[in-house]
Amino acid sequence: MNRQIPLIVCFSFGLIMFLQYFSNHTIARTMNLAILDYWQIIFAFTLVLGVVSYIKANMTKISRGIDRPYLIVGLLGMISMPIMALIWGIKADSPFMWMFENVQAPMASTVFALLAFFVASASFRGFRARSMQASILLGAALIILLSRSNLPIPYTEHLSEFADWIRNYPSMTARRAILIGIGLGSLTTSMRVILGIERTWLGGEK
Amino acid sequence: MDLIILTQSLFNTDRMATFLISLIAIAIVLYTTYFRKNKKPFTIRKINGLQAVEDAIGRATEMARPLLYTPGWGGDIQRPTTIASMNILSFVAEKTAQYDCDLVFPTHDPIIMSVAQEVVKESYSRAGYPDRYKEDNISYVSSSQFGYAAAVDGIISRTKPASIFLLGTFEAESLILAETGTSINAIQIAGTDSTIQLSFFIVACDYTLIGEELFAASGYLSGNKSILASVQAQDIMKIMIAVFIVTAVIWATVESLSGTPLSYWWKF
Repeated sequence: MNRQIPLIVCFSFGLIMFLQYFSNHTIARTMNLAILDYWQIIFAFTLVLGVVSYIKANMTKISRGIDRPYLIVGLLGMISMPIMALIWGIKADSPFMWMFENVQAPMASTVFALLAFFVASASFRGFRARSMQASILLGAALIILLSRSNLPIPYTEHLSEFADWIRNYPSMTARRAILIGIGLGSLTTSMRVILGIERTWLGGEK
Repeated sequence: MDLIILTQSLFNTDRMATFLISLIAIAIVLYTTYFRKNKKPFTIRKINGLQAVEDAIGRATEMARPLLYTPGWGGDIQRPTTIASMNILSFVAEKTAQYDCDLVFPTHDPIIMSVAQEVVKESYSRAGYPDRYKEDNISYVSSSQFGYAAAVDGIISRTKPASIFLLGTFEAESLILAETGTSINAIQIAGTDSTIQLSFFIVACDYTLIGEELFAASGYLSGNKSILASVQAQDIMKIMIAVFIVTAVIWATVESLSGTPLSYWWKF
């Protein structure tokens, strides 16, 4: 019974959400908005669960002496930000915003900036001409790179046209084929869940 | 008059084509799942990424290092990709329970965390080792994209997992995680529904599940007949789409060559 109730709820809401998409009726739109509101409420409750789990897991590791400095910094951040927001608010000149703009945002930018180095190292590995396919990939990448650079290259217009052709035809064809596969996969996965064939989200078969 | 207005507003006619196609798709999935599943055995072509799952778990066990599994920052539990990822997690968790290998699952979404805890717990029980389940290993790290990337990067750098599974919806963090995994020589199996991030995974990871392979994984790994039957439905729909595209191309070519104005009946 404890599995049948979630399955019935899943099927009912799956069917409702499917049908409301094809309706213009006020009831359908109101129902959609109400379900989305409930989703936000569920998320807020699980966020508390997530924070509690984070604190619990980190406290356990700190007590065992595993990665202590990193975990203490993480915990301090998690505790101090809401406290600052509660005491001084989140206005432009508040300590919360100062921490956000001068600590969190630069740290996020730093992690994002790592991507530039990783793209370079990944490209170095990916563009090695080990086979015919890899050589074609290398050639295509070179054409795209040169066409988008400001280097004084002869026949720039033709190169640019050829680069656009590569992006719009061979590249787009492969991309759309993958997207069709993803679309069909998403559809069947959703149907398996709604019909109760796939029950992994409940913890698996029983 | 009132009845006409009510009828018009009950059904959005702009979405008629989508509705009809959805009904056809549903009919095909239902037909294959409930009528064809017992008629003849299904075989799926060999998918290297899924064949390597057990090897990756074995490697982590032999090296006495943990296995890291993360569903990416881009999706929530509503997304079919995340559900497909949970299906693979179930299989991986069952194997890690059998081999007594640590499974670490950091995530950006508390709902995914709750579902993953339940999935892993059940898998450990199914394997017969509920005592090996560690709830703290499945944790929420941060909802911020680069906070999540930094946290997972930190876990990878410090715990040095022997195998990394990057299966789910990834955005800009995909290459940051995959390259960090490469730097510690972990065997990496990746899969996502983002075509942009797929190219990064193909370059940086050992195995990549492309497109529908991620969604077929559940049937492939479990051998469940109903799930395999729904994979067959995907193939039937793919053939129908291919026939439709070829017909539309021929139609448009003939119309264009004969000089008649293009009808665009295939556009909806």
